[in-house]
Amino acid sequence: MDFSDTAAETDFRQTARAWIQDNAPTYLAAPLSGSGFGSTRTGDFDPIAEAKKWQKTKAEAGWACIQWPKEYGGRGATPIESVIWSQEEGIYGKLSGTFIIGQGMCAPTMMAYAGEEAKLRYLPKLASGEEIWCQLFSEPHGGSDLAGLRTKAVKDGDTWVINGQKIWTSGAQHSDYGILITRTDSDVAKHRGLTMFFLDMKSDGVDIRPIKQANGDSGFNEVFFDNVRIPDAQRLGEVGDGWKVALTTLMNERLAIGGSIATGFPEIQALVSELVLASGPASGDQAVRSKLADWYAKSAGLKNTGARAISALSKGEIPGPENSIGKLVAGGMMQDIAKFAVDLQGLGGLVTDPEIARSQAQIQSMLMRSPAVRIEGGTDQILRNIIAERVLGLPEDMRADKGIAFSQIPTSQDSGTR
Amino acid sequence: MNFDFSSEDRMIQEQVRRFLSEQSPLSRHRSVMEGESLQASDVWQGLADLGLQGTAIPEAYGGVGAGYLPLCLVAQELGGVLAAVPFSSSVYLATEAITCFGSTDQKERYLPKLASGEWVGTLAVSEGPHAPSPTNLTVVRSGDRLSGKKLVVPHGLAADFAVVLVTSDAGTDLVLAGLEGVERSAVEIVDPSIAAATIDFAQTQCESLGAPGDGWAMLETVQHRAAVLYAFEQIGGAEQALNMAVAYAKERFAFGRPIGSFQSLKHMMADMYVALKLAESNAYYAAWALQNDAPDLRLAAATARVSATQAFQLCARDNIQVHGGMGFTWAFDCHLFYRRSNYLSLALGGLNEWENKLVDALPSAVA
Repeated sequence: MDFSDTAAETDFRQTARAWIQDNAPTYLAAPLSGSGFGSTRTGDFDPIAEAKKWQKTKAEAGWACIQWPKEYGGRGATPIESVIWSQEEGIYGKLSGTFIIGQGMCAPTMMAYAGEEAKLRYLPKLASGEEIWCQLFSEPHGGSDLAGLRTKAVKDGDTWVINGQKIWTSGAQHSDYGILITRTDSDVAKHRGLTMFFLDMKSDGVDIRPIKQANGDSGFNEVFFDNVRIPDAQRLGEVGDGWKVALTTLMNERLAIGGSIATGFPEIQALVSELVLASGPASGDQAVRSKLADWYAKSAGLKNTGARAISALSKGEIPGPENSIGKLVAGGMMQDIAKFAVDLQGLGGLVTDPEIARSQAQIQSMLMRSPAVRIEGGTDQILRNIIAERVLGLPEDMRADKGIAFSQIPTSQDSGTR
Repeated sequence: MNFDFSSEDRMIQEQVRRFLSEQSPLSRHRSVMEGESLQASDVWQGLADLGLQGTAIPEAYGGVGAGYLPLCLVAQELGGVLAAVPFSSSVYLATEAITCFGSTDQKERYLPKLASGEWVGTLAVSEGPHAPSPTNLTVVRSGDRLSGKKLVVPHGLAADFAVVLVTSDAGTDLVLAGLEGVERSAVEIVDPSIAAATIDFAQTQCESLGAPGDGWAMLETVQHRAAVLYAFEQIGGAEQALNMAVAYAKERFAFGRPIGSFQSLKHMMADMYVALKLAESNAYYAAWALQNDAPDLRLAAATARVSATQAFQLCARDNIQVHGGMGFTWAFDCHLFYRRSNYLSLALGGLNEWENKLVDALPSAVA
């Protein structure tokens, strides 16, 4: 066991640090430091344009998606080098939010299931940020019950015709491509009739409508498909194997989200260190100290769990369902922290105007964004089911739709099946 | 960077696990708890035959000199079977105190006997139903004599000597005192397998450990180092409590189905797993910090301690809940874990105390 850098790792860290010093957009450091989860602050500059610019700069010097093979736009770096890189990239890593889904989830799926030609065409541009990808999974009738999705794909010669609707699609409005899971057979059990594709988001018949969220932002979208045609060459995996392909994506999603997820701890620590309560400095208040200790222990536990996962990955082990704990812990924690931090500031803590509120209202944006963390990419409840069933080996819940053809599954109290 | 134990460390762990599963089943713990013997001396001797008490003691003093990493894994195994031996008091506390602060002469006299398991040591700090502080100690040291009463001394009935926290002209001291002939009586505590004692020192002979006046600072050092090892005992216990709950939930049927198929219980056990996993990862980091005397050892130790206390308390408590009424019987083993989790969480000072230590050790905010 060794938590310090080897000589080679020290070299790598110094090289990365020097390059970042010479090339990072230092003019964004101040606004970025006020970024909270769900709000990338870039001051007077456009966040997407700045994100693309930094990504391109990194890609040209070989610092984008460094764990990917070189031919796909990466650096062929080890998992540990990738951790070192993100430690060194620090605050500028907050610019990468736009690319997380594409690089963290779509790309691993493409690497596992796309043909070589497609990989060479799409992955380098995904790495360099020239093209943004989204993941078209959830539907109005298939969120936690993802396999209950209804968007249909019907084969017509060498193409597939898609009709239906997706929802909660992050970043669809900025995306060039997406991976899409569809139903290709309604007469078999729900998990067995699914097929995965990737598609051009500019295709005829794709209609993207941003959703106004509870926090007032519009990061999520509805995406409608009206006779959208996708060439069969863009199918990922076999017909009917879509669930298996989706699991690849979801496992990577939990790694991508859970590995380095924001918890809110640095934010609450900063607040506590400067805030004075009626009873004196907040840092001396026993209730505050107790919470701070608990949250530090949890965030350190996540960091160290992530480190162990990286070690396992370095030894060639495959990340398993135990990585589901990252988002489960971080989501609830962020919400608790934001609530507690607002409480400490009294009514003034409710001010959301970034010009007035402390630290550009990062705590307040966390408060309003955190409920979604506990839902997106697997709700707290689904993650607990996964831990219970797939890690602890507890028996499956009784499922009313088990072994029934998708078309025969009840969909509401009175309507029966579809 | 490599965040896992080496295969050599794992081999030692495996060897200890095999030995304990044969020689120290829960029934052995139970017989000690029910008063058949003071401690499981056969288990203690078996551990000594494997050289485990001396795992981290340098070879020059009769130990194995294998360092703290394997010792952490030994602790995890002992924690898992709730071993009824004075390992924690003797190895994590008394041995650490002498290793850190003993003179060469003291190390030569004590460490070989501690390494071989011939001597059992303990640490005597608590004096009553209040947390000790430099200002409320009543056991007094005057010259080489010691007087006063320590209320809960873990493994005090089994120990040959104690490292005692005392007040003196110099302030607070640590002293070494032999316990032969000293008046000791059993005191019932929540975990009866601990052989806890009240010790009444009456002009008992003692010698300084480290410099007089440095007692409190030395105690803090010893407690932080021991916290890492206690954390491993705690995660060992938490893991077994969770295993018990999962096994029972799979086999117990109610409403025509295994109770483990109900989400209310699944989610409870998922939360136990999450607490355990976080604690385990923090303990791993602290093990490394202890072995390498890392600059952030205090923070790492307090973090491991807070997480491990939370995890074992939660797993022991909810293991009873998963078992329902059967979990509250004397015959089922659930209460053994519940008792031990409460002992371990207070053995070095409670959660609140360690939360404070953690916050004190945090580097100042940078965000």
